Amino acid sequence: MSRYIATRAIRGANALVTEAELMLDKALAEKGPDTPVAFPNTAYYLPVIYGMTGFAVETLGQLPEVMNQARRLLHPAPSPNKWTPYLGETLDSGMATLLAAETIEVIRQLYGLQPEPMPGFTLAGGTVYQAGGDNGLTGRLNGAIDDIQLRSWGIQLVDGRMPGFAAIVGAAKTNEIAVKIVRELQRRNILVFLSGNVNGRSIIHQLMEEGVDLGYDTYTVPFGTDTISAIYALGFATRSALTFGGLKGGMARRILEYNRDRVFAFVLALGEVDDLKYAAAAGAINYGFPVIADTVIPEILPTGITTYEHVVSMPFDEIDGADDLERAERLVQKCIEVRGVKIKMADVPVPVPYGSAFEGEVVRRTDMRVEFGGKNSRCFEYLYMAPMDEVVDGQIEIVGPTFDEIEPQGSMDMGIVVQAAGREMQKDFEPVLERQFHYFVNGASGIQHIGQRDITWIRISNSAADAGFNLEHFGKILHARFHADFGAIVDKIQVTIYTDPEQFQAWLETAREAYDFRNKRLADLTDDSVDEFYSCTLCQSFAPNHVCIVSPERLGLCGAYNWLDCKASYSINPTGPNQPIKLGRPIDTEKGYWEGTNDYAKVGSHGVVEEVAMYSIMENPMTACGCFECIVMLIPESNGVMVVSREDTSMTPAGMTFSTLAGMAGGGLQTPGVMGVGKFYLISPKFISADGGFKRVVWMSSFLKESMADELRAVAEREGDPDLIDRIADERNAATVDELLAWLEQHNHPALVMDPIF
Amino acid sequence: MAKEKRTAEEKTIDLAAQEMLIRADSLGIGTAFHRADDMTACNIGSAGMCCKLCGMGPCRLTKDGSTGVCGATIGTIQARNLIRAIAAGASAHSDHGRDMAFTLKAVANGEAEGYTIRDVARLRTVAAMYDIPIEGRAPEEIANDLADLYIAQFGQQRGELVPTSRAPEKRIKLWREKGVMPRGVDREIVESLHRTHIGDDQDPTHILQHAIRTAISDGWGGSMIATDVSDILFGTPAPVLGQANLGVLRDDMINVIVHGHEPTLSQMIVAATQDPEMIEYAKAAGASGINLSGICCTANEILMRQGIPAAGNFLQQELAIMTGAVEAMIVDVQCIMQALVALASNFHTKIITTSPKVRITGATHMEFDEHRALTIAKEILKVAIDNYKNRGETQIPIHREDLIPGFSHEYINYMLGGSYRASFRPLNDAIMSGRIRGVAAIVGCNNPRSQHDFFHTYVAEQLLKQDVLIVETGCGAIASAKLGHMLGDSLDLVGPGLREIMETVGIPPVLHMGSCVDNTRILTVLTQMVNEGGLGDDIDQVPAVGLAPEWMSEKALSIGSYCVASGACVIFGGSNPVEGMPDRVSGSTDVESFIDQGWEDLYGGKLIFINDPDEMVNATLAHIDKKRAALGLPAYDPNKFGQSGDARMLEFESLPIVERRAALYGASDK
Repeated sequence: MSRYIATRAIRGANALVTEAELMLDKALAEKGPDTPVAFPNTAYYLPVIYGMTGFAVETLGQLPEVMNQARRLLHPAPSPNKWTPYLGETLDSGMATLLAAETIEVIRQLYGLQPEPMPGFTLAGGTVYQAGGDNGLTGRLNGAIDDIQLRSWGIQLVDGRMPGFAAIVGAAKTNEIAVKIVRELQRRNILVFLSGNVNGRSIIHQLMEEGVDLGYDTYTVPFGTDTISAIYALGFATRSALTFGGLKGGMARRILEYNRDRVFAFVLALGEVDDLKYAAAAGAINYGFPVIADTVIPEILPTGITTYEHVVSMPFDEIDGADDLERAERLVQKCIEVRGVKIKMADVPVPVPYGSAFEGEVVRRTDMRVEFGGKNSRCFEYLYMAPMDEVVDGQIEIVGPTFDEIEPQGSMDMGIVVQAAGREMQKDFEPVLERQFHYFVNGASGIQHIGQRDITWIRISNSAADAGFNLEHFGKILHARFHADFGAIVDKIQVTIYTDPEQFQAWLETAREAYDFRNKRLADLTDDSVDEFYSCTLCQSFAPNHVCIVSPERLGLCGAYNWLDCKASYSINPTGPNQPIKLGRPIDTEKGYWEGTNDYAKVGSHGVVEEVAMYSIMENPMTACGCFECIVMLIPESNGVMVVSREDTSMTPAGMTFSTLAGMAGGGLQTPGVMGVGKFYLISPKFISADGGFKRVVWMSSFLKESMADELRAVAEREGDPDLIDRIADERNAATVDELLAWLEQHNHPALVMDPIF
Repeated sequence: MAKEKRTAEEKTIDLAAQEMLIRADSLGIGTAFHRADDMTACNIGSAGMCCKLCGMGPCRLTKDGSTGVCGATIGTIQARNLIRAIAAGASAHSDHGRDMAFTLKAVANGEAEGYTIRDVARLRTVAAMYDIPIEGRAPEEIANDLADLYIAQFGQQRGELVPTSRAPEKRIKLWREKGVMPRGVDREIVESLHRTHIGDDQDPTHILQHAIRTAISDGWGGSMIATDVSDILFGTPAPVLGQANLGVLRDDMINVIVHGHEPTLSQMIVAATQDPEMIEYAKAAGASGINLSGICCTANEILMRQGIPAAGNFLQQELAIMTGAVEAMIVDVQCIMQALVALASNFHTKIITTSPKVRITGATHMEFDEHRALTIAKEILKVAIDNYKNRGETQIPIHREDLIPGFSHEYINYMLGGSYRASFRPLNDAIMSGRIRGVAAIVGCNNPRSQHDFFHTYVAEQLLKQDVLIVETGCGAIASAKLGHMLGDSLDLVGPGLREIMETVGIPPVLHMGSCVDNTRILTVLTQMVNEGGLGDDIDQVPAVGLAPEWMSEKALSIGSYCVASGACVIFGGSNPVEGMPDRVSGSTDVESFIDQGWEDLYGGKLIFINDPDEMVNATLAHIDKKRAALGLPAYDPNKFGQSGDARMLEFESLPIVERRAALYGASDK
């Protein structure tokens, strides 16, 4: 801090704490101390307050104690001369600001002021406020991020696909600059949190005016138009440490250091910085998050609280650059440099912005130039391994007509065929690589990709087509990304795009044969048929003691890495997070113990876990970081287990929602009876096979029943009870144990007559 | 050989002191400055070559190869003289520590009137370091256990002194390996005296090995105990606004000066001066109130904690009385000149001795007893107030300067990260990046044989320009305070890198860390820097230097030696007690080179004597740069820094509002 910043931050902190105290007094008088206070779908109460003070605030009446703590952290502003030191005092005042801000936001929620109403605005994905109810994404900003989204972004944050987040506060100099800054961040897959204003005008307004999609799906979350709502960014950061770092509420210092070391976030202050922004920035610096401003403010370059510079001023007009757009790009580059964010960015030669943040973009029919697949046409994608000398790297060929002749919003057939060659390439990697098409193609702004294999559905938007995007660019994307991401196993990539009807049909047949072959191969690929599993420690950057053991029949709990993926990943990076685990001597193949897996679990978890049973939830179950797709939990009375999906916000028979359960399942701790898993493990023959297998499932979120209907039907067949799925209760018919038992009796669920589970 | 008389300007750089020296001349009164001019130092004694340890001597060894009557060589005699000085210094600090420990015991048992445990957090932290149970226990219970443990350290016969466990792990191992781990404070001091009795230890390096052990028992024993207990009883210092120099005396108030070292008495005097009854009593005597100030390290103790002004450092004790405005000077132990009594007889000032250990012929003795501390403090104050009516003509210099003292290591830790992120990381980072080139601890006394305050402040100023962060204690600290070096405003004193740190943290360029017994705070800081990481795994690797440019007391030699034992390079100015006579005795440098090179080989630290301030600065920088290079840190380069801070913002804010709007995003032509 400099004295100037200290003065303004401490002044801002004192003002905000006073404001929070007044609001709290008013709310206590009007609503009463027993009024519940909570943010939507989180197990972490008011997360900053919970993390920093350990207070699990659930009612208004608990907040005065928080405000007392905030007040104790306040200090007088430094004297104009002969001052006493102010750095520690400013950081403390910053923390007081955060406690006050969170208090204010949760009180505003009581008064219907949070999430902030915003007429005419629709979120592109956002927090669900009514449990199980209508998402209601229109007419409001997002407010707090819920645990569901935190966890689903978790894997990307931990594996580096999402390098960090930018908390933008204020408004850019012009709308054009605002858009450019956000695009540049999206291009690098940096999550963007938006809040604050300058004289009433917020970057959220600017982006709305420019028609930029804002919401979870585009990695841009509009919190609110005042600085106070920036607290949600720190709530997100705090929960990252609690969710993935295995830390507990009240471990303030460790939570802050976790963020400094592992969460690559920064604050970008656009426009004039006022007292409150200085105060909030001082709070953010406690987390090790540096602050970059596009205006003249004092700079604090020494390091220590943050890893690199604390406060950097980059007056916008002084940035080198031909025009404002170039200056905006440099500003973003500087932010990344100051935080030391590691970014892997493939330079993809397409005429539209490119990055994972665009993956969630939806191309609506009205904005659409042309589509391939869907209702009115067919589309497939197929990658196969070819000998080195048959592949011409970088060659992209279009066989057949382009979409120039297609009328607007029309459709045509298309097949994308990729030949991949490489010394380290294996036939087993074909599906692993092919599955990447979805992510790679979706990264282009204005392109929408859904599905895979012969159910692929691609749309090109008008704006992308206007910018010059054509069929050849699919090839460019695939060529560039395969080299960038899979360069270790792929040396050559050749792409052919078939729109010629005859050729299309011929290649579609070939592709279908290959799909069939792969399905059989996958079915044969069982745990018994291999002699090594793979470790996955991708999450250890976030959950230091968690280790996944991935087998052919048990994929990673995040759902993103199966055995083949791990194998490919090991080929790409032999010292990386996926290492082969030689099974060695079997100890108990029923429960799933091998010498090799046990030894690895001990080493990989740094001694926290002694043994892991691959196929049991009751005995030494596998641990979880926080990114699991579902939670499986024992319901003792039912002699079975329930499966709750991440998307399900309703109450479960265990008396807890997913968010609360997640606290028990995550953090790298072994809790018998609770397990976080990937949803495709549910359909594996090895799914808790030691405890009786899939028949133990007595309750399952309807979301899973619907989204995996085909797969589950197959499982039911396999288990010899075609009606099994219908015997399983869900949130629509059983929210308590009593209701569940009644349902099971009524539907004659097999678990009731199975051996006692424990 | 009569020395030439120096002018007031040559005697001191302090304007207030100069004024008082001129007044002394006009009144025909002598001071230490005058006596130093009149009294040539004994050249054999100052060379360390006079042995008066038995009745066969004193033996004066002035020739190459000559020995004492018993055959003792020059090296043996120099080593014996040095260890005796160190033992005396260690005994002074440690006896202070012992008294503090006894006071803590008395407070724990409710037997000490007026005292409380002011800093329970510090008590718990210290107790926890020694595995004294703290959870669910009353502060008094913990304090009682801690007091017992601390009292036991003095008489302990075997084992290891417990506070040594706070040193870096590698250092502890080294001490064990080299056989210098102290067993008990008193035992090491007694053994120093035994070993140097006629006909005992007569191998200079072996004697000096025990000198190290004795010194460690001070720095990591008695002194550390003194600081701990002072903080527990009187509060761990944190920054506060204070003042320094004779200008703090008030013409219209009862001026009471506390002088000496132990805070037990001075803290009670502070309490008594704030007692409404005493203030009324002072007003009844015709004064507008009671003005308390301090001299020497007592000043530092109450300056660090309450911001009570310091009237001056060691060489100003006589000059304060020379103002004619001091009703009473209350003294306890250490560094109190006998000359005070005679000097005071020219004025109305009462010299009041209080320690059972210290009486001065002609002084008023009012013995202090912590069991009735507040009562005695009030009685003493009343004597001062009653004396106001005897005040004659006064001359109080106008010179005084503000300062921000109070840099305990606990506060330094806090100031670098606040309640949630407190650590030494930013300091280590600053050193590693080169914003701070290194750290210098400038400590120690005044010596009238050199120009008062000049060495301290000149060396400090030169080092600051080179981005060396300075911490100070004792009389050196007061010297810097008087020149305004202890204000955050003094940004122009430093190089660009240190300026960035000053602006970031809000610190002055020179940090006041307390009294001379508080040099242990510096040991703690160095240890914490090591533990924080990035600056090696032991104190000897940290780019830091200790300096005592104007030393004179035996305590300074003990401090210097325990710093060496801890791994620090220590540079002393002024006279060299083991210098010998280089022009006449070639072999006399044995001991001198051993405490330099020999000690460096053994402990990584060394003790060297340099009498030229510029050479002192160069040696300091050379050592710092050597340590930086050994750690693989980038070479110091001031051109890399200086961008951060408020300057640009203040310039921006001074623009008229219209222009400010336009300049918000900077100047497009820049």
